[in-house]
Amino acid sequence: MSGEALPLLDTLVRVVYLGAAVTFVLGLHLMRSPATARRGNLLSASGMAAAVLATVVLLLAGDGDHGRVVPLAGVALLAGTVVGSLAGLVGARRVQMTAMPQLVSVFNAVGGGAAAVVAIVDFQRLHGDGALTAGVSVPVVLDVVIGAVTFSGSLVAAGKLQGWVSGAPIAFPGSRLASIVSAAVAVVGGVVVIASPSTWLLWVVVLAALAFGVLMVLPIGGADMPVVVSLLNAFTGLAVAMAGFVVDNQIMIIAGALVGASGAILTQQMAEAMNRSVLSIMVGGFGTGDAVAGGDAAAGPQGLEVRRVGAEDVAIQLAYARKVIIVPGYGLAAAQAQRECGELGQLLTDRGITVYYAVHPVAGRMPGHMNVLLAEADVPYPQLLEMDEVNPEFETADVALVVGANDVTNPAARRPGNAISGMPILDVDHARSIVVIKRSLGHGYAGLDNELYGDPKTSMLLADAKKGLAQILAGVKSYVG
Amino acid sequence: MSAELLSNLALFVLALLVGFEVISKIPATLHTPMMSGANSIHGVVLVGAILVAAVADDPLAYVLTFVAAAFAAMNVVGGYVVTDRMLEMFKARPRPAAAVADAAPTEDGAAR
Repeated sequence: MSGEALPLLDTLVRVVYLGAAVTFVLGLHLMRSPATARRGNLLSASGMAAAVLATVVLLLAGDGDHGRVVPLAGVALLAGTVVGSLAGLVGARRVQMTAMPQLVSVFNAVGGGAAAVVAIVDFQRLHGDGALTAGVSVPVVLDVVIGAVTFSGSLVAAGKLQGWVSGAPIAFPGSRLASIVSAAVAVVGGVVVIASPSTWLLWVVVLAALAFGVLMVLPIGGADMPVVVSLLNAFTGLAVAMAGFVVDNQIMIIAGALVGASGAILTQQMAEAMNRSVLSIMVGGFGTGDAVAGGDAAAGPQGLEVRRVGAEDVAIQLAYARKVIIVPGYGLAAAQAQRECGELGQLLTDRGITVYYAVHPVAGRMPGHMNVLLAEADVPYPQLLEMDEVNPEFETADVALVVGANDVTNPAARRPGNAISGMPILDVDHARSIVVIKRSLGHGYAGLDNELYGDPKTSMLLADAKKGLAQILAGVKSYVG
Repeated sequence: MSAELLSNLALFVLALLVGFEVISKIPATLHTPMMSGANSIHGVVLVGAILVAAVADDPLAYVLTFVAAAFAAMNVVGGYVVTDRMLEMFKARPRPAAAVADAAPTEDGAAR
């Protein structure tokens, strides 16, 4: 250490950064409980605002290290910030809760893109001045590669979640080769850029990394997108930390590393919930894509005899039960039926019936997505039980009401030798009786028949989740009267 | 390796460890808002966009500054707003209409 004192302004800015880092950690800490989570997010946001403002002050003061900002660059910065903030604000306000995973994926994409662009700008300046050192060019290359892969990969993932890109694994002749070649070009090009810096070669690396991002996500099935989005979220964190090394900024290093670690943990937990390794997911090719959006009622079961019931019968069953467990799946969200579901749960609760919601870790499109959808429908969070908590409860449940969930209830997962073997499931088949609301007898993502539907205790209400629940709701109301 | 780079590396590694510690204790119920919240935290790259604006001095750099600022601002503003929107909905009890119905019997009990 040189021991040389920093100018006062620099010192103040660094103190603000330290405070911001503390708010990020405390904010994440407060997010461990629903009661304090919102406060945590606001705390983190205020730390962010302080860090950004402090940096703006530094820019306006134009200290020796950074020089005074050129007016045109200031205009570009301001215009970009305004445009980006408006886009983010509109997206965040308008999005439907069911489309949340796509939006988070888009925000993640632009974050990775921004990190890559920051590194490119600084690389060009330092290269022009002949002032590049390995201490800068190594993080530049890492940042550019990770950021570009994240940018294109997250956009493809968002496209798949939105249904703009087919949810089925997409592979074309030579696609594996193309992704290997693009990865090789990015890596080799990156090494060469570090050894002998050149701007055009850096752009080649950018293009190769963008191509690799697309080719990496295309062959992964729609059902695995949450894991992919989560992994790419971790990537962006690392890219931002690398950008922090490039511009020598501590808050970017700290925040980026925090997010990198959190994304890695989440990715691991989600992959575990599906009993698959992160590696096998990234290699891709699993599942048949988005069966919900496909939604043809024609698909019949092979050799499964099912018992059908009407909404009235289900209503009677529910109205005279003592304990009901509702098992929501993505079909509920796709039909926008969370409100009907919440109302039914409330009605039964008011009648003195014990009501729980059994939420599988991968229900919905990302971990915890189903909880958000049910919270939107005013379901109190103490009624939302996680898999391990709720599984023992099925033994004593009079009715398990499965709404648009499929693979996560399939007892076949307990036996070896099929696509979902070993996947942790909800023990719905242990309930005294089971009602399944489902639009058709089609397959889930894994392309398997659900043995639950053939269980003698199971009755099927073949209906759209929203209409089916509305009919049951009307039925229960008329009995409760 | 410069002292600066080394202390930055130390920060990076320690922040990774803190991240693992804090995140691993979050319940699945909050995974989506948490992921969205972490997502907004990496919007701190807006700071990087501001710092490169300070050194941008040719047309390509102006365009790239604009792109970096737009992307980063979208990430950070959208991220925090949407996370707040999600968290706002998590309630321990149903909203007022139902809450009043819940409260009524208790009041009766107190009056008796």
